[in-house]
Amino acid sequence: MEFVTHHPVLVVSLIKIAIALFVVMTALAYLTWFERKVVARIQSRWGPYWVGPHGLLQPLADGIKFLFKEDIVPPAADKISYVLAPFLALALALTTLALIPIGPATISILGQPTQLVISHSNVALILLFAISSIGIYAVVLAGWSSNSKYPLMGGLRSSAQMISYEVSLTLSVVGVLLIAGSFDFYDIVGGQSGHWVHVIPKWHIFPQILGFICYLTAAIAETNRVPFDLPEAETELVAGFHTEYSSFKFAMFFMAEYANMITVSCLATLLFLGGWLSPFPETGAWRWQLYLPAAGLIIAGIGLIVGGLRGVQLSAKLVFPVLGIVCLGVGYLCTLPGVMPVIQGPFWFTAKVFFLLFFYVWARGTLPRFRYDQLMSFGWKFLLPLSLINLVVTSLVVVLRLR
Amino acid sequence: MNIAMLVFIACSVMAIVGALALILAREPVHSALALVLVMISLAILYLLLGAAFIAAIQILVYAGAIMVLFVFVIMLLNAGEEVRTNVSRLAKWVGLPLGIFFLLEMAYSLFREYGGRAALAGGTAAPVPASTRDLSMKLFTEFVLPFELTSILILIAVLGALVLAKRES
Repeated sequence: MEFVTHHPVLVVSLIKIAIALFVVMTALAYLTWFERKVVARIQSRWGPYWVGPHGLLQPLADGIKFLFKEDIVPPAADKISYVLAPFLALALALTTLALIPIGPATISILGQPTQLVISHSNVALILLFAISSIGIYAVVLAGWSSNSKYPLMGGLRSSAQMISYEVSLTLSVVGVLLIAGSFDFYDIVGGQSGHWVHVIPKWHIFPQILGFICYLTAAIAETNRVPFDLPEAETELVAGFHTEYSSFKFAMFFMAEYANMITVSCLATLLFLGGWLSPFPETGAWRWQLYLPAAGLIIAGIGLIVGGLRGVQLSAKLVFPVLGIVCLGVGYLCTLPGVMPVIQGPFWFTAKVFFLLFFYVWARGTLPRFRYDQLMSFGWKFLLPLSLINLVVTSLVVVLRLR
Repeated sequence: MNIAMLVFIACSVMAIVGALALILAREPVHSALALVLVMISLAILYLLLGAAFIAAIQILVYAGAIMVLFVFVIMLLNAGEEVRTNVSRLAKWVGLPLGIFFLLEMAYSLFREYGGRAALAGGTAAPVPASTRDLSMKLFTEFVLPFELTSILILIAVLGALVLAKRES
Protein backbone atom coordinates (compact mmCIF):
# COMPACT_ATOMS: atom_id res chain seq x y z
CA MET A 1 0.00 0.00 0.00
CA GLU A 2 2.93 2.26 0.83
CA PHE A 3 4.15 1.97 -2.75
CA VAL A 4 0.71 2.81 -4.14
CA THR A 5 0.43 6.03 -2.16
CA HIS A 6 3.97 7.11 -3.04
CA HIS A 7 3.82 6.42 -6.77
CA PRO A 8 0.16 6.97 -7.71
CA VAL A 9 0.91 7.82 -11.36
CA LEU A 10 3.03 4.70 -11.84
CA VAL A 11 0.45 2.40 -10.28
CA VAL A 12 -2.46 3.91 -12.20
CA SER A 13 -0.45 3.63 -15.43
CA LEU A 14 0.27 -0.03 -14.69
CA ILE A 15 -3.42 -0.71 -14.08
CA LYS A 16 -4.33 1.01 -17.34
CA ILE A 17 -1.65 -0.94 -19.22
CA ALA A 18 -2.98 -4.21 -17.77
CA ILE A 19 -6.55 -3.41 -18.82
CA ALA A 20 -5.49 -2.24 -22.28
CA LEU A 21 -3.30 -5.31 -22.79
CA PHE A 22 -6.15 -7.64 -21.85
CA VAL A 23 -8.60 -5.87 -24.16
CA VAL A 24 -6.14 -5.69 -27.07
CA MET A 25 -5.05 -9.32 -26.74
CA THR A 26 -8.66 -10.49 -26.74
CA ALA A 27 -9.40 -8.21 -29.67
CA LEU A 28 -6.40 -9.63 -31.55
CA ALA A 29 -7.55 -13.18 -30.99
CA TYR A 30 -11.10 -12.49 -32.09
CA LEU A 31 -9.97 -10.36 -35.01
CA THR A 32 -8.53 -13.55 -36.52
CA TRP A 33 -11.87 -15.29 -35.95
CA PHE A 34 -13.75 -12.32 -37.42
CA GLU A 35 -11.48 -12.22 -40.46
CA ARG A 36 -11.89 -15.93 -41.15
CA LYS A 37 -15.65 -15.69 -40.77
CA VAL A 38 -16.04 -12.66 -43.05
CA VAL A 39 -13.67 -14.01 -45.72
CA ALA A 40 -15.54 -17.32 -45.53
CA ARG A 41 -18.85 -15.51 -46.09
CA ILE A 42 -17.38 -13.66 -49.08
CA GLN A 43 -16.27 -17.00 -50.53
CA SER A 44 -19.56 -18.80 -49.70
CA ARG A 45 -18.06 -20.97 -46.97
CA TRP A 46 -18.80 -21.36 -43.28
CA GLY A 47 -15.36 -20.63 -41.84
CA PRO A 48 -14.41 -21.96 -38.38
CA TYR A 49 -17.43 -23.80 -37.00
CA TRP A 50 -16.62 -26.78 -34.81
CA VAL A 51 -14.41 -25.49 -31.97
CA GLY A 52 -16.97 -23.97 -29.65
CA PRO A 53 -20.27 -22.55 -30.92
CA HIS A 54 -19.69 -21.07 -34.41
CA GLY A 55 -15.94 -21.54 -33.92
CA LEU A 56 -15.84 -19.01 -31.08
CA LEU A 57 -13.13 -20.97 -29.27
CA GLN A 58 -11.01 -21.30 -32.43
CA PRO A 59 -8.58 -18.47 -31.40
CA LEU A 60 -8.00 -20.21 -28.08
CA ALA A 61 -7.41 -23.54 -29.81
CA ASP A 62 -4.97 -21.86 -32.21
CA GLY A 63 -3.13 -20.26 -29.30
CA ILE A 64 -2.76 -23.57 -27.45
CA LYS A 65 -1.62 -25.26 -30.65
CA PHE A 66 1.05 -22.61 -31.25
CA LEU A 67 2.27 -22.92 -27.65
CA PHE A 68 2.73 -26.68 -27.82
CA LYS A 69 4.35 -26.89 -31.26
CA GLU A 70 8.07 -27.57 -31.36
CA ASP A 71 10.08 -24.35 -31.44
CA ILE A 72 12.67 -24.84 -34.17
CA VAL A 73 15.63 -22.50 -34.63
CA PRO A 74 17.40 -23.24 -37.91
CA PRO A 75 21.05 -24.15 -37.26
CA ALA A 76 22.30 -21.71 -39.90
CA ALA A 77 20.28 -18.84 -38.45
CA ASP A 78 21.79 -15.81 -36.76
CA LYS A 79 20.55 -16.70 -33.26
CA ILE A 80 20.32 -13.26 -31.62
CA SER A 81 18.55 -11.56 -34.51
CA TYR A 82 16.36 -14.60 -35.13
CA VAL A 83 15.01 -14.58 -31.58
CA LEU A 84 14.89 -10.80 -31.31
CA ALA A 85 12.78 -10.23 -34.44
CA PRO A 86 9.38 -11.64 -33.31
CA PHE A 87 9.69 -10.01 -29.88
CA LEU A 88 10.51 -6.70 -31.49
CA ALA A 89 7.55 -7.01 -33.84
CA LEU A 90 5.00 -7.67 -31.11
CA ALA A 91 6.46 -5.27 -28.52
CA LEU A 92 6.54 -2.33 -30.92
CA ALA A 93 3.10 -3.08 -32.31
CA LEU A 94 1.65 -3.06 -28.80
CA THR A 95 3.64 0.00 -27.64
CA THR A 96 2.05 2.26 -30.24
CA LEU A 97 -1.37 1.54 -28.76
CA ALA A 98 -0.28 3.28 -25.53
CA LEU A 99 -0.52 6.65 -27.29
CA ILE A 100 -4.08 6.20 -28.55
CA PRO A 101 -6.82 7.91 -26.54
CA ILE A 102 -10.26 6.28 -26.74
CA GLY A 103 -12.46 8.94 -25.16
CA PRO A 104 -12.62 12.48 -23.82
CA ALA A 105 -13.81 11.54 -20.32
CA THR A 106 -11.70 11.67 -17.19
CA ILE A 107 -12.23 8.65 -14.96
CA SER A 108 -10.92 7.93 -11.50
CA ILE A 109 -8.75 4.89 -10.64
CA LEU A 110 -7.75 4.47 -6.97
CA GLY A 111 -8.87 8.04 -6.35
CA GLN A 112 -6.57 9.37 -9.10
CA PRO A 113 -8.28 11.30 -11.91
CA THR A 114 -6.94 9.99 -15.20
CA GLN A 115 -7.61 10.20 -18.93
CA LEU A 116 -8.68 7.35 -21.20
CA VAL A 117 -5.19 6.98 -22.65
CA ILE A 118 -2.10 5.28 -21.25
CA SER A 119 0.37 8.00 -22.18
CA HIS A 120 -0.71 11.52 -23.08
CA SER A 121 1.87 13.46 -25.07
CA ASN A 122 1.58 16.71 -26.97
CA VAL A 123 3.55 15.20 -29.87
CA ALA A 124 1.71 11.88 -29.71
CA LEU A 125 1.29 11.53 -33.48
CA ILE A 126 4.99 11.95 -34.25
CA LEU A 127 5.90 9.59 -31.42
CA LEU A 128 3.51 7.02 -32.81
CA PHE A 129 5.06 7.24 -36.27
CA ALA A 130 8.52 7.01 -34.72
CA ILE A 131 7.72 3.83 -32.80
CA SER A 132 5.98 2.18 -35.72
CA SER A 133 8.87 3.07 -38.05
CA ILE A 134 11.15 0.91 -35.88
CA GLY A 135 8.80 -2.00 -36.59
CA ILE A 136 10.37 -2.43 -40.04
CA TYR A 137 13.44 -3.93 -38.38
CA ALA A 138 11.43 -6.86 -37.08
CA VAL A 139 10.48 -7.95 -40.60
CA VAL A 140 13.88 -7.17 -42.11
CA LEU A 141 15.72 -8.98 -39.30
CA ALA A 142 13.44 -11.98 -39.49
CA GLY A 143 14.10 -12.23 -43.22
CA TRP A 144 17.84 -11.79 -42.94
CA SER A 145 18.56 -13.87 -39.83
CA SER A 146 16.76 -16.98 -41.10
CA ASN A 147 19.64 -17.43 -43.56
CA SER A 148 17.35 -18.82 -46.21
CA LYS A 149 16.47 -17.42 -49.60
CA TYR A 150 12.69 -17.02 -49.42
CA PRO A 151 12.76 -15.14 -46.11
CA LEU A 152 15.57 -12.94 -47.44
CA MET A 153 13.47 -12.06 -50.50
CA GLY A 154 10.56 -11.32 -48.18
CA GLY A 155 12.68 -9.11 -45.96
CA LEU A 156 14.08 -7.20 -48.93
CA ARG A 157 10.65 -6.67 -50.43
CA SER A 158 9.31 -5.59 -47.09
CA SER A 159 11.96 -2.97 -46.44
CA ALA A 160 11.62 -1.56 -49.96
CA GLN A 161 7.83 -1.51 -49.69
CA MET A 162 7.76 0.08 -46.25
CA ILE A 163 10.23 2.81 -47.20
CA SER A 164 8.21 3.59 -50.32
CA TYR A 165 4.81 3.71 -48.65
CA GLU A 166 5.86 5.37 -45.41
CA VAL A 167 6.50 8.57 -47.39
CA SER A 168 2.93 8.65 -48.69
CA LEU A 169 1.54 7.64 -45.30
CA THR A 170 3.26 10.50 -43.50
CA LEU A 171 2.49 13.05 -46.22
CA SER A 172 -1.19 12.12 -46.28
CA VAL A 173 -1.43 12.87 -42.57
CA VAL A 174 0.24 16.29 -42.87
CA GLY A 175 -2.95 17.74 -44.39
CA VAL A 176 -4.86 16.93 -41.22
CA LEU A 177 -2.04 18.35 -39.11
CA LEU A 178 -2.17 21.61 -41.06
CA ILE A 179 -5.88 21.96 -40.39
CA ALA A 180 -5.65 20.89 -36.74
CA GLY A 181 -2.43 22.79 -35.98
CA SER A 182 -1.36 20.27 -33.34
CA PHE A 183 0.24 16.84 -32.87
CA ASP A 184 -1.93 16.13 -29.85
CA PHE A 185 -4.76 13.65 -30.48
CA TYR A 186 -7.02 15.51 -28.04
CA ASP A 187 -6.59 18.74 -30.03
CA ILE A 188 -6.97 16.95 -33.37
CA VAL A 189 -10.24 15.29 -32.35
CA GLY A 190 -11.43 18.42 -30.52
CA GLY A 191 -11.02 20.38 -33.76
CA GLN A 192 -13.42 18.01 -35.52
CA SER A 193 -16.40 18.73 -33.26
CA GLY A 194 -19.40 20.63 -34.62
CA HIS A 195 -21.45 20.27 -37.80
CA TRP A 196 -21.81 21.92 -41.18
CA VAL A 197 -25.44 22.85 -41.90
CA HIS A 198 -26.44 21.04 -38.67
CA VAL A 199 -26.11 17.58 -40.28
CA ILE A 200 -22.66 16.84 -41.72
CA PRO A 201 -20.11 16.33 -38.94
CA LYS A 202 -16.94 18.46 -39.27
CA TRP A 203 -14.70 15.42 -39.56
CA HIS A 204 -11.46 15.73 -41.48
CA ILE A 205 -12.51 13.03 -43.91
CA PHE A 206 -14.69 15.50 -45.86
CA PRO A 207 -12.12 18.23 -46.60
CA GLN A 208 -9.31 15.63 -46.62
CA ILE A 209 -10.95 12.89 -48.68
CA LEU A 210 -7.84 12.61 -50.89
CA GLY A 211 -5.66 12.38 -47.80
CA PHE A 212 -7.94 9.72 -46.33
CA ILE A 213 -7.75 7.56 -49.46
CA CYS A 214 -3.96 7.94 -49.58
CA TYR A 215 -3.70 7.14 -45.88
CA LEU A 216 -5.86 4.04 -46.10
CA THR A 217 -3.97 2.67 -49.11
CA ALA A 218 -0.55 3.37 -47.62
CA ALA A 219 -1.66 1.96 -44.28
CA ILE A 220 -2.70 -1.34 -45.86
CA ALA A 221 0.70 -1.46 -47.55
CA GLU A 222 2.51 -0.63 -44.30
CA THR A 223 0.79 -3.45 -42.45
CA ASN A 224 1.66 -5.93 -45.24
CA ARG A 225 -1.95 -6.83 -45.89
CA VAL A 226 -3.62 -7.98 -49.10
CA PRO A 227 -3.39 -6.57 -51.79
CA PHE A 228 0.06 -5.39 -50.68
CA ASP A 229 1.21 -8.58 -48.94
CA LEU A 230 4.25 -9.04 -51.19
CA PRO A 231 6.64 -9.73 -48.25
CA GLU A 232 4.72 -12.91 -47.45
CA ALA A 233 3.25 -13.80 -50.83
CA GLU A 234 2.51 -17.51 -50.42
CA THR A 235 2.48 -18.33 -54.11
CA GLU A 236 5.95 -16.88 -54.68
CA LEU A 237 7.86 -16.94 -51.37
CA VAL A 238 6.33 -19.86 -49.40
CA ALA A 239 5.53 -17.54 -46.47
CA GLY A 240 8.00 -14.71 -47.00
CA PHE A 241 9.92 -13.35 -44.07
CA HIS A 242 8.50 -15.79 -41.50
CA THR A 243 8.99 -18.99 -43.50
CA GLU A 244 11.55 -20.37 -41.03
CA TYR A 245 9.59 -19.45 -37.91
CA SER A 246 7.60 -21.98 -35.99
CA SER A 247 5.60 -22.29 -32.81
CA PHE A 248 4.95 -19.18 -30.75
CA LYS A 249 7.49 -17.04 -32.58
CA PHE A 250 5.35 -17.45 -35.69
CA ALA A 251 2.26 -16.58 -33.65
CA MET A 252 3.98 -13.41 -32.45
CA PHE A 253 4.41 -12.19 -36.02
CA PHE A 254 0.74 -12.88 -36.60
CA MET A 255 -0.29 -11.03 -33.46
CA ALA A 256 1.96 -8.11 -34.40
CA GLU A 257 0.30 -7.89 -37.81
CA TYR A 258 -3.16 -7.76 -36.28
CA ALA A 259 -2.04 -5.29 -33.60
CA ASN A 260 -0.68 -3.07 -36.37
CA MET A 261 -4.03 -3.30 -38.15
CA ILE A 262 -5.75 -2.12 -34.99
CA THR A 263 -3.27 0.75 -34.49
CA VAL A 264 -3.62 1.93 -38.06
CA SER A 265 -7.41 1.81 -37.84
CA CYS A 266 -7.36 3.72 -34.53
CA LEU A 267 -5.13 6.35 -36.11
CA ALA A 268 -7.43 6.70 -39.13
CA THR A 269 -10.38 7.09 -36.75
CA LEU A 270 -8.65 9.78 -34.70
CA LEU A 271 -7.30 11.72 -37.66
CA PHE A 272 -10.08 11.48 -40.22
CA LEU A 273 -13.26 10.09 -38.68
CA GLY A 274 -13.65 12.37 -35.67
CA GLY A 275 -12.25 9.95 -33.10
CA TRP A 276 -14.69 9.45 -30.25
CA LEU A 277 -17.16 12.11 -31.48
CA SER A 278 -20.71 11.08 -32.23
CA PRO A 279 -21.84 11.70 -35.82
CA PHE A 280 -25.07 13.28 -34.52
CA PRO A 281 -25.41 16.87 -33.22
CA GLU A 282 -25.41 17.25 -29.45
CA THR A 283 -28.60 19.29 -29.23
CA GLY A 284 -31.66 18.53 -27.12
CA ALA A 285 -33.54 16.79 -29.92
CA TRP A 286 -30.67 14.31 -30.32
CA ARG A 287 -30.43 13.39 -26.64
CA TRP A 288 -31.63 9.85 -27.41
CA GLN A 289 -28.22 9.07 -28.91
CA LEU A 290 -26.88 8.80 -25.35
CA TYR A 291 -28.86 5.55 -25.08
CA LEU A 292 -27.37 4.09 -28.28
CA PRO A 293 -24.59 2.05 -26.58
CA ALA A 294 -27.10 0.53 -24.17
CA ALA A 295 -29.62 -0.08 -26.98
CA GLY A 296 -26.99 -1.75 -29.14
CA LEU A 297 -25.93 -4.08 -26.33
CA ILE A 298 -29.53 -4.96 -25.40
CA ILE A 299 -30.44 -5.73 -29.04
CA ALA A 300 -27.28 -7.85 -29.33
CA GLY A 301 -28.20 -9.64 -26.07
CA ILE A 302 -31.76 -10.43 -27.21
CA GLY A 303 -30.41 -11.55 -30.59
CA LEU A 304 -27.91 -13.87 -28.93
CA ILE A 305 -30.55 -15.42 -26.65
CA VAL A 306 -33.12 -15.97 -29.42
CA GLY A 307 -30.53 -17.05 -32.00
CA GLY A 308 -28.81 -19.36 -29.53
CA LEU A 309 -32.02 -21.12 -28.49
CA ARG A 310 -33.06 -21.61 -32.12
CA GLY A 311 -29.56 -22.75 -33.17
CA VAL A 312 -28.64 -26.26 -34.31
CA GLN A 313 -25.43 -26.78 -32.34
CA LEU A 314 -25.90 -27.91 -28.76
CA SER A 315 -22.96 -25.80 -27.55
CA ALA A 316 -24.53 -22.73 -29.17
CA LYS A 317 -27.79 -23.43 -27.33
CA LEU A 318 -25.91 -23.45 -24.04
CA VAL A 319 -23.37 -20.67 -24.52
CA PHE A 320 -25.17 -18.00 -26.54
CA PRO A 321 -27.99 -17.34 -24.05
CA VAL A 322 -25.37 -16.85 -21.30
CA LEU A 323 -23.47 -14.39 -23.49
CA GLY A 324 -26.79 -12.69 -24.25
CA ILE A 325 -27.56 -12.25 -20.55
CA VAL A 326 -24.07 -10.77 -20.02
CA CYS A 327 -24.77 -8.34 -22.88
CA LEU A 328 -28.11 -7.37 -21.29
CA GLY A 329 -26.38 -6.77 -17.95
CA VAL A 330 -23.67 -4.58 -19.48
CA GLY A 331 -26.37 -2.79 -21.51
CA TYR A 332 -28.24 -2.00 -18.28
CA LEU A 333 -24.98 -0.72 -16.74
CA CYS A 334 -24.59 1.67 -19.68
CA THR A 335 -27.86 3.44 -18.74
CA LEU A 336 -26.65 4.33 -15.24
CA PRO A 337 -26.07 8.11 -14.93
CA GLY A 338 -22.48 7.60 -13.71
CA VAL A 339 -21.50 5.37 -16.62
CA MET A 340 -23.52 6.84 -19.53
CA PRO A 341 -21.38 9.96 -20.27
CA VAL A 342 -18.12 7.99 -19.91
CA ILE A 343 -19.15 5.20 -22.26
CA GLN A 344 -20.12 7.51 -25.18
CA GLY A 345 -16.55 8.21 -26.35
CA PRO A 346 -15.26 4.61 -26.29
CA PHE A 347 -18.51 3.41 -27.92
CA TRP A 348 -18.22 5.61 -31.01
CA PHE A 349 -14.47 5.11 -31.16
CA THR A 350 -14.81 1.33 -31.11
CA ALA A 351 -17.62 1.43 -33.65
CA LYS A 352 -15.50 3.41 -36.13
CA VAL A 353 -12.40 1.27 -35.57
CA PHE A 354 -14.54 -1.84 -36.08
CA PHE A 355 -15.85 -0.48 -39.36
CA LEU A 356 -12.31 0.18 -40.60
CA LEU A 357 -11.21 -3.31 -39.55
CA PHE A 358 -14.13 -4.71 -41.48
CA PHE A 359 -12.97 -2.66 -44.46
CA TYR A 360 -9.53 -4.27 -44.13
CA VAL A 361 -10.98 -7.78 -44.15
CA TRP A 362 -13.32 -6.85 -46.98
CA ALA A 363 -10.35 -5.67 -49.06
CA ARG A 364 -8.59 -8.94 -48.34
CA GLY A 365 -11.59 -10.92 -49.46
CA THR A 366 -12.04 -9.09 -52.75
CA LEU A 367 -8.75 -7.76 -54.13
CA PRO A 368 -6.01 -9.76 -55.88
CA ARG A 369 -2.36 -9.22 -55.01
CA PHE A 370 -0.26 -6.62 -56.82
CA ARG A 371 2.75 -7.64 -58.88
CA TYR A 372 6.01 -6.31 -57.43
CA ASP A 373 6.70 -3.74 -60.18
CA GLN A 374 3.06 -2.64 -60.05
CA LEU A 375 3.41 -2.13 -56.31
CA MET A 376 6.45 0.10 -56.72
CA SER A 377 5.09 2.17 -59.59
CA PHE A 378 1.74 2.54 -57.80
CA GLY A 379 3.48 3.81 -54.68
CA TRP A 380 5.91 6.22 -56.31
CA LYS A 381 4.06 7.33 -59.45
CA PHE A 382 0.48 7.50 -58.21
CA LEU A 383 0.15 7.57 -54.43
CA LEU A 384 3.07 9.91 -53.72
CA PRO A 385 2.04 12.59 -56.28
CA LEU A 386 -1.56 12.32 -55.06
CA SER A 387 -0.59 12.92 -51.45
CA LEU A 388 1.71 15.77 -52.53
CA ILE A 389 -1.15 17.41 -54.47
CA ASN A 390 -3.34 17.02 -51.39
CA LEU A 391 -0.64 18.61 -49.26
CA VAL A 392 -0.14 21.59 -51.59
CA VAL A 393 -3.87 22.27 -51.98
CA THR A 394 -4.49 21.97 -48.26
CA SER A 395 -1.66 24.33 -47.36
CA LEU A 396 -2.91 26.85 -49.94
CA VAL A 397 -6.42 26.75 -48.51
CA VAL A 398 -5.14 26.99 -44.92
CA VAL A 399 -2.95 30.00 -45.78
CA LEU A 400 -5.72 31.76 -47.72
CA ARG A 401 -8.17 31.27 -44.85
CA LEU A 402 -5.66 32.73 -42.40
CA ARG A 403 -5.48 35.93 -44.43
CA MET B 1 17.53 7.86 -6.69
CA ASN B 2 14.39 8.64 -8.64
CA ILE B 3 12.99 6.94 -11.71
CA ALA B 4 14.39 9.57 -14.09
CA MET B 5 17.89 8.85 -12.79
CA LEU B 6 17.42 5.11 -13.26
CA VAL B 7 16.22 5.62 -16.84
CA PHE B 8 19.14 7.96 -17.46
CA ILE B 9 21.69 5.42 -16.26
CA ALA B 10 20.05 2.56 -18.16
CA CYS B 11 19.98 4.56 -21.41
CA SER B 12 23.54 5.78 -21.00
CA VAL B 13 24.79 2.24 -20.48
CA MET B 14 22.72 1.10 -23.48
CA ALA B 15 24.18 3.88 -25.65
CA ILE B 16 27.77 3.08 -24.67
CA VAL B 17 27.31 -0.66 -25.09
CA GLY B 18 25.67 -0.04 -28.46
CA ALA B 19 28.51 2.20 -29.58
CA LEU B 20 31.11 -0.38 -28.55
CA ALA B 21 29.17 -3.16 -30.27
CA LEU B 22 28.95 -1.03 -33.42
CA ILE B 23 32.74 -0.96 -33.66
CA LEU B 24 33.48 -4.46 -32.40
CA ALA B 25 30.78 -6.49 -34.18
CA ARG B 26 32.06 -8.36 -37.21
CA GLU B 27 28.71 -8.88 -38.91
CA PRO B 28 27.66 -5.67 -40.76
CA VAL B 29 23.99 -6.17 -39.87
CA HIS B 30 24.89 -6.42 -36.17
CA SER B 31 26.84 -3.17 -36.44
CA ALA B 32 23.86 -1.46 -38.05
CA LEU B 33 21.56 -2.76 -35.31
CA ALA B 34 23.96 -1.53 -32.63
CA LEU B 35 23.81 1.91 -34.21
CA VAL B 36 20.02 1.78 -34.07
CA LEU B 37 20.29 0.94 -30.37
CA VAL B 38 22.52 3.98 -29.83
CA MET B 39 20.03 6.23 -31.61
CA ILE B 40 17.10 4.91 -29.63
CA SER B 41 18.90 5.37 -26.30
CA LEU B 42 19.84 8.92 -27.30
CA ALA B 43 16.19 9.56 -28.18
CA ILE B 44 15.10 8.36 -24.74
CA LEU B 45 17.66 10.72 -23.20
CA TYR B 46 16.08 13.57 -25.19
CA LEU B 47 12.67 12.47 -23.90
CA LEU B 48 14.06 12.61 -20.38
CA LEU B 49 15.07 16.24 -20.99
CA GLY B 50 11.49 16.99 -22.05
CA ALA B 51 12.27 17.32 -25.77
CA ALA B 52 9.69 14.83 -27.02
CA PHE B 53 9.59 16.26 -30.54
CA ILE B 54 13.36 16.01 -31.06
CA ALA B 55 13.30 12.48 -29.63
CA ALA B 56 10.56 11.40 -32.02
CA ILE B 57 12.26 12.99 -35.03
CA GLN B 58 15.55 11.35 -34.03
CA ILE B 59 13.95 7.92 -34.14
CA LEU B 60 11.74 8.62 -37.16
CA VAL B 61 14.50 9.99 -39.39
CA TYR B 62 17.67 8.21 -38.27
CA ALA B 63 16.51 4.88 -36.91
CA GLY B 64 13.35 4.58 -38.99
CA ALA B 65 14.50 5.81 -42.40
CA ILE B 66 18.25 6.17 -42.81
CA MET B 67 19.27 3.02 -40.97
CA VAL B 68 16.61 0.98 -42.76
CA LEU B 69 18.25 1.99 -46.04
CA PHE B 70 21.64 0.97 -44.62
CA VAL B 71 20.32 -2.43 -43.60
CA PHE B 72 18.59 -2.76 -46.97
CA VAL B 73 21.85 -2.15 -48.83
CA ILE B 74 23.81 -4.50 -46.54
CA MET B 75 21.24 -7.22 -47.16
CA LEU B 76 21.06 -6.56 -50.88
CA LEU B 77 24.84 -6.85 -51.25
CA ASN B 78 24.74 -9.85 -48.91
CA ALA B 79 27.87 -8.51 -47.19
CA GLY B 80 29.70 -11.17 -45.24
CA GLU B 81 31.73 -10.89 -42.05
CA GLU B 82 34.37 -8.21 -41.82
CA VAL B 83 37.92 -9.24 -42.55
CA ARG B 84 40.38 -8.10 -39.89
CA THR B 85 43.81 -7.04 -41.11
CA ASN B 86 46.92 -6.29 -39.13
CA VAL B 87 48.35 -3.86 -41.63
CA SER B 88 48.45 -0.71 -39.56
CA ARG B 89 50.51 -1.02 -36.39
CA LEU B 90 50.46 2.77 -36.08
CA ALA B 91 46.72 2.71 -35.46
CA LYS B 92 47.14 0.12 -32.74
CA TRP B 93 49.93 1.78 -30.79
CA VAL B 94 49.14 5.45 -31.33
CA GLY B 95 45.43 5.42 -32.09
CA LEU B 96 44.21 3.80 -28.89
CA PRO B 97 46.10 6.08 -26.45
CA LEU B 98 45.10 9.12 -28.51
CA GLY B 99 41.46 8.00 -28.43
CA ILE B 100 41.54 7.54 -24.67
CA PHE B 101 43.27 10.91 -24.26
CA PHE B 102 40.59 12.60 -26.39
CA LEU B 103 37.82 10.97 -24.36
CA LEU B 104 39.37 12.08 -21.07
CA GLU B 105 39.86 15.59 -22.38
CA MET B 106 36.23 15.81 -23.42
CA ALA B 107 35.05 14.45 -20.08
CA TYR B 108 37.25 16.95 -18.25
CA SER B 109 36.08 19.98 -20.18
CA LEU B 110 32.43 18.95 -19.89
CA PHE B 111 32.84 18.38 -16.17
CA ARG B 112 34.51 21.75 -15.70
CA GLU B 113 31.71 23.49 -17.59
CA TYR B 114 28.65 21.69 -16.19
CA GLY B 115 29.97 19.62 -13.27
CA GLY B 116 28.46 21.86 -10.61
CA ARG B 117 24.96 22.00 -12.02
CA ALA B 118 24.04 18.68 -13.58
CA ALA B 119 20.29 19.01 -14.03
CA LEU B 120 19.41 15.40 -13.30
CA ALA B 121 21.81 14.58 -10.50
CA GLY B 122 21.03 17.77 -8.62
CA GLY B 123 17.32 17.00 -8.73
CA THR B 124 16.49 20.39 -10.21
CA ALA B 125 13.70 20.60 -12.76
CA ALA B 126 14.66 20.19 -16.39
CA PRO B 127 14.41 23.41 -18.44
CA VAL B 128 11.04 24.07 -20.02
CA PRO B 129 11.24 22.49 -23.49
CA ALA B 130 10.65 24.60 -26.58
CA SER B 131 7.33 23.77 -28.22
CA THR B 132 7.18 22.48 -31.77
CA ARG B 133 5.63 25.81 -32.75
CA ASP B 134 8.60 27.81 -31.42
CA LEU B 135 10.99 25.42 -33.09
CA SER B 136 9.32 25.77 -36.50
CA MET B 137 9.03 29.56 -36.14
CA LYS B 138 12.79 29.76 -35.59
CA LEU B 139 13.49 27.31 -38.40
CA PHE B 140 11.38 29.13 -40.98
CA THR B 141 12.25 32.72 -40.08
CA GLU B 142 15.67 33.11 -38.53
CA PHE B 143 17.29 30.00 -40.00
CA VAL B 144 15.37 29.77 -43.26
CA LEU B 145 18.44 30.31 -45.47
CA PRO B 146 20.58 27.51 -43.93
CA PHE B 147 17.47 25.31 -43.92
CA GLU B 148 16.82 25.81 -47.63
CA LEU B 149 20.53 25.51 -48.45
CA THR B 150 20.61 22.15 -46.68
CA SER B 151 17.71 20.89 -48.75
CA ILE B 152 19.44 22.02 -51.95
CA LEU B 153 22.58 20.21 -50.78
CA ILE B 154 20.61 17.00 -50.31
CA LEU B 155 19.03 17.46 -53.76
CA ILE B 156 22.51 17.79 -55.29
CA ALA B 157 23.55 14.59 -53.51
CA VAL B 158 20.52 12.77 -54.92
CA LEU B 159 21.27 14.05 -58.45
CA GLY B 160 24.91 13.06 -58.06
CA ALA B 161 23.94 9.54 -57.02
CA LEU B 162 21.62 9.30 -60.03
CA VAL B 163 24.34 10.44 -62.43
CA LEU B 164 26.81 7.94 -60.99
CA ALA B 165 24.27 5.13 -61.19
CA LYS B 166 23.43 5.97 -64.82
CA ARG B 167 27.06 5.96 -65.87
CA GLU B 168 27.43 2.31 -64.90
CA SER B 169 25.10 0.97 -67.57
